[in-house]
Amino acid sequence: MEEKELPYVLTDTIGGPHGVYLEHMEFMKKYFNLVAMKEFPENQKYLGEKIKAIYIWWQKPAVNRELLQSLPNLKIIANFGAGVDHLDLKLISSFGVKVTNTPLAVSNATADLGMALMLASSRRLVEGCQITVSPDTEQFAADWLGEDVTGATLGIIGMGRIGYKVAKRAKAFDMKILYHNRNRRKEEEEQAVGACFCEKMEDLLQQSDFVMLVVNLTPQTHKLIGKRELELMKPTATLINICRGPVIDQDALVEALQNKVIKAAALDVTYPEPLPRDHPLLKLKNIIITPHIGTATKQARWLMMKSIVENIFSALNGLPIPNEVFP
Amino acid sequence: MEEYELPVLLVNEVGGICGVLEAHVDFLKTHFNLITMKEFLENKNILSKKVQAIYVWWHKPVIDHELLQSLPNLKVIANSGVGMDHLDLKLISGCGIKMANCPHAVSSSTADTGMALLLASARRLVEGCQIAVSLDTECFAPDWLGEEVTGATLGIIGMGNVGYKIALRAKAFEMKILYHNRKQRKEEEEQAIGAIYCKKIEDLLQQSDFVMLAVTLTPQTHKLIGKRELELMKPTAILINISRGLVVDQEALLEALRTGIIKAAALDVTYPEPLPRDHPLLKLKNIIITPHLGIKTHKTTRMITEEAVANLLAALNGLPMPSEVLPD
Repeated sequence: MEEKELPYVLTDTIGGPHGVYLEHMEFMKKYFNLVAMKEFPENQKYLGEKIKAIYIWWQKPAVNRELLQSLPNLKIIANFGAGVDHLDLKLISSFGVKVTNTPLAVSNATADLGMALMLASSRRLVEGCQITVSPDTEQFAADWLGEDVTGATLGIIGMGRIGYKVAKRAKAFDMKILYHNRNRRKEEEEQAVGACFCEKMEDLLQQSDFVMLVVNLTPQTHKLIGKRELELMKPTATLINICRGPVIDQDALVEALQNKVIKAAALDVTYPEPLPRDHPLLKLKNIIITPHIGTATKQARWLMMKSIVENIFSALNGLPIPNEVFP
Repeated sequence: MEEYELPVLLVNEVGGICGVLEAHVDFLKTHFNLITMKEFLENKNILSKKVQAIYVWWHKPVIDHELLQSLPNLKVIANSGVGMDHLDLKLISGCGIKMANCPHAVSSSTADTGMALLLASARRLVEGCQIAVSLDTECFAPDWLGEEVTGATLGIIGMGNVGYKIALRAKAFEMKILYHNRKQRKEEEEQAIGAIYCKKIEDLLQQSDFVMLAVTLTPQTHKLIGKRELELMKPTAILINISRGLVVDQEALLEALRTGIIKAAALDVTYPEPLPRDHPLLKLKNIIITPHLGIKTHKTTRMITEEAVANLLAALNGLPMPSEVLPD
């Protein structure tokens, strides 16, 4: 009897410094025939019919009309990561193709990084490391001080899975927690983390010592934080971004940091990534920028991959799809 | 009528790199006649008998036999911080002088420092910042990874005020918490943080992904972590020290980091501080060292001075001191 062939899944690159990890490949081989983009053009006619799923790795391959048209049996586009702002959801849906992301797998690692950035920024950790190794350092100055995280007020904008996990962690530091979200959370959920809902974002901005951005990037959240919002923040406040660069008006942020409208910023995400090497944000003293490492742990990436396998498997077998994203 | 004179408080200096913070001076002056060491030495004959209290700020002034002998009416010494290892407790106590530290003011800030170092080290934050600004950076590599903190095992050595607060914070990251301490904590305290007691330090070392040192420096904890202890740790483990440099055998640590016996270290304290500029620890890639940040915030330093003043005033008024330190 003919053995059933494993479904074909298209991805960008396999292996190497930029491709799907080889350890992940080993696992996925049991479920799929993974095909790299470079193989596709040569074998377009043959593979075109066979490919049922696309595995989006680092926002590639770019999903445009041309690609969609060349894959008549495509059922699902599975994204590695939670953010799908790089995908044209309406276009994809018009081809009858489903889209999934991996929101659960990213949540712990991203929440942890949000806390790491808040602590590093407030305690001047990066600057401190530079002082300890600098050839000019003769002694540690007693008047070189940071700010406490314990007992401070954290305003979380975006109280989804990640935002909620940030709140749980922050609560253990006796922080006062405010949040702003499209929808208010249930009372028990609020009480569990001691979070106060701010229906108006302005209230959150005016009261917070730390403002943490944890929203999806949508047309509504594009440049959510601009000149006006930065001016509403305390001059002693720190802005932390762990979601998407375009949520902040970067030019307004440069100005706010230069003029001390806010005290400091800590960004895991910018627009673009990386920033041009001469970008003014890179020159400021009151900012720390990390290279989009929100999910950069072995464990998170492994869980994300398994989530993709599950999403694709479910879609191709007519089962309920765990993490479908709708336009 | 004789005006009530405020008691004379001696500090080493005010302001600058080493001195008592300028921001605290007004507060100190509401309770004391503040004099600096310079003023004292210039006017030793008159001031010698007047000094009743000393506020030791970042280990100065050095309290030695000579100083104590020149202050016949000294009643109390308060230390800005919790570690008293730089003070000869027996000598001071032998002169009938009371001593105090500031255990309450320091604990949250120090615990926050411990968590900051743990997270920064696990997620390679400092290295990441360098990549983000480096002129050579063209793209961010997908295969650049750190270690997950959520769900990992944290072993806390020293479960005093600071250790306990670290455990409270780590619990919110769903970390598995092991601890080793001179004494086991009460069951309710253990349950509140989900911590498991390891009577033998070896058990903690062998199971932990992160080992955090939060002990006081005593003869027993001197070089507590040496070659043997480092070899017991997992090769994927990270050592974090927020207690005192001397708790770790620095030579052994250097060797362990160079040869991959442990994965990385994050030190807020070293011996000495700062390290000599050519010290090999400063050159390693798998270490982050911070300049004794432990309590260095505006709020906490203020709380420390307030706690010190409360102790000084209690001692001068013959009242029980909030945090008296007795020699062992």
